[in-house]
Amino acid sequence: MGKKLLIQHADVPNIHTLQVYKEKGGYASVEKALKSMAPNDVVEEVKKSGLRGRGGAGFPTGMKWSFLARPEGVDRHLVCNADESEPGTFKDRYLMEKIPHALIEGMITSSYALGAKSSYIYIRGEYFYVARILETAIEEAYAAGYLGKNILGTDYSLDLYVQVGAGAYICGEETALLESLEGKRGNPRIKPPFPAVAGLWGRPTVVNNVETIAAVCPIVMMGGDEYAKIGIGRSTGTKLISASGHINKPGTYEIELGLPVEEFIYSEEYCGGIINGRKLKAVVAGGSSVPILPAELILKNDKGEPRLMSYESLSEGGFATGTMLGSGGFIVYDETTSIVKNLYTFARFYHHESCGQCSPCREGTGWMEKILHRIVEGHGKPSDIDLLWDIQRKIEGNTICPLGDAAAWPVASAIRHFRAEFEEYINHPERIKDVKHYYSVHQLAGA
Amino acid sequence: MNGEIKFNEETLATVNKIIGRYPADKSKSALIPILHIAQAEFGGWLSPESMDYVASILKIKPVEVYEVASFYSMFNLKPVGKCMLEICRTSSCWVRGAEDVVKHIEKRLNIKEGETTKDGMFTLKTVECLGSCGSAPMMQVGASYHENLTLDKVDALIEEYRVSGKQRSYTDLDYKNTL
Ligand SMILES: Cc1cc2nc3c(=O)[nH]c(=O)nc-3n(C[C@H](O)[C@H](O)[C@H](O)COP(=O)(O)O)c2cc1C
Ligand code: SF4
Ligand code: FES
Repeated sequence: MGKKLLIQHADVPNIHTLQVYKEKGGYASVEKALKSMAPNDVVEEVKKSGLRGRGGAGFPTGMKWSFLARPEGVDRHLVCNADESEPGTFKDRYLMEKIPHALIEGMITSSYALGAKSSYIYIRGEYFYVARILETAIEEAYAAGYLGKNILGTDYSLDLYVQVGAGAYICGEETALLESLEGKRGNPRIKPPFPAVAGLWGRPTVVNNVETIAAVCPIVMMGGDEYAKIGIGRSTGTKLISASGHINKPGTYEIELGLPVEEFIYSEEYCGGIINGRKLKAVVAGGSSVPILPAELILKNDKGEPRLMSYESLSEGGFATGTMLGSGGFIVYDETTSIVKNLYTFARFYHHESCGQCSPCREGTGWMEKILHRIVEGHGKPSDIDLLWDIQRKIEGNTICPLGDAAAWPVASAIRHFRAEFEEYINHPERIKDVKHYYSVHQLAGA
Repeated sequence: MNGEIKFNEETLATVNKIIGRYPADKSKSALIPILHIAQAEFGGWLSPESMDYVASILKIKPVEVYEVASFYSMFNLKPVGKCMLEICRTSSCWVRGAEDVVKHIEKRLNIKEGETTKDGMFTLKTVECLGSCGSAPMMQVGASYHENLTLDKVDALIEEYRVSGKQRSYTDLDYKNTL
């Protein structure tokens, strides 16, 4: 069994309350950091830990923190990215809903390290009930002296607020998030300046994912060096993976980085294998934006070595034969799945969510959805596959924010690995017509 | 809705508390949370009058409110039914039967996606991933997530909502179905 640092107590009754959370060792990192460490010591431990951002890009957290500008007399902010809208991803929701104090503790310890006096948790609007859970927990933390003025009798004071969004995937992009937090449309900003210099209200700001912030607590408690021993190579620590699709046990799992993909999919401890004993067809390993891989390439890399759940192993082979760990949204597809129709749901998603600022993204996502729609409906033309390829290539790298790339990669990878299926749709629409390509809810109910 | 576009004392207190979360000259940051409240209190959608009222509270131009309200998918700029049935249609839900759920509701309520029943009770909407992929298929109604749906479960929920007859909002605190 791999190590668990974040959600090992998720099933303890009433772990969402401060009392039970404390009984399980909660808030110890606040005690330790505020009473026995200088803010910069905390930053150093995070650097040593090798922790990488859990929101998708995997950027080293300690390095990000050390970039934060610290001009005299200007407030700094820590903003938690709880927008979680990448299809296939629901791990932050699990953590916040089950153990809200784990995030709050991480916010306090991290805000202390960064010298923030007021910090914000920006949560997607649909998670309103989770925002309520967080707010209740925050009230408890204020009452117990973990928030507010002179925390635990020290000089450090912090206010923590929750702000809800209102339905926009793009607000997960950190600069769009900051715009939204300022009460504006979620249009990503042109970088530079980076948020570390000019973020929320133009002030130096660090934006981190929920899971990243929660991981700071065990790092402070065990020390960065010990944390770095967990995991594999430059993929240190544990990672929350939200598993969905055609598996027997969908849900959120904490894995030690380096776990073989095959074990994750088939072992009883995790996904428990494919439903109805069917064959694995493909996996989207890190949320909808990462390249989809066929079974043979997700279980083993192109050299025939077992693929591991780590930043490096999943991306081995580049885009030709690899993918990315991304947000940890792990979607499993069995042999009955239509890759083409599935891709259409992604293309529709990206078109719906494009903010429209850049024409390659705005127009390109629209065209990709349209073309895929006609292919799925049986009206595709032989030239459509190359046309799709061409459009996605023109988006990639030509936009303000990475949503454009995120829309392009699923299309490129589906064509790269499943071209024959697109051809089948286009050349033999009659064969596709009456096939449902998805499980009916009755089938799933076991009828 | 009784027609008057004005928050009562209690709501105003909440609104002021929200404004207090931000630095004094940054109260525009409170816009999105306040729009959620306005939508819940003024009939489930944001009329131009509601948006103008919110602009007056935050002392910003009405157009600053319109451009925000029209950007975010949770704000309705047209009247909707008392209960919006929002079905996720993205990949993980799709492979586990979301299309069946949509078709079933269309038949049962005799409306198409995007439409509202004649009695004004239900609006059917398809939406993108709601972070419930591991409990697919799912449907959001107001603040409640209904997960691992079966068609029987959908029928029972629709009946429950119909009998209760209440307007459901994202800001409702009724989250018993998830916890
Ligand atoms: C379109 C788009 C959507 C994103 N959505 C999220 C999200 O929902 N949650 C998140 O933590 N990061 C998201 N990110 C990444 C953020 O921009 C940012 O890198 C991240 O919050 C940094 O935190 P981390 O370093 O702790 O991962 C998104 C990025 C893009 C381009
Ligand atoms: S890439 Fe797309 S989402 Fe990002 S800024 Fe440009 S148009 Fe908006
Ligand atoms: S795909 Fe439906 S909730 Fe994520």
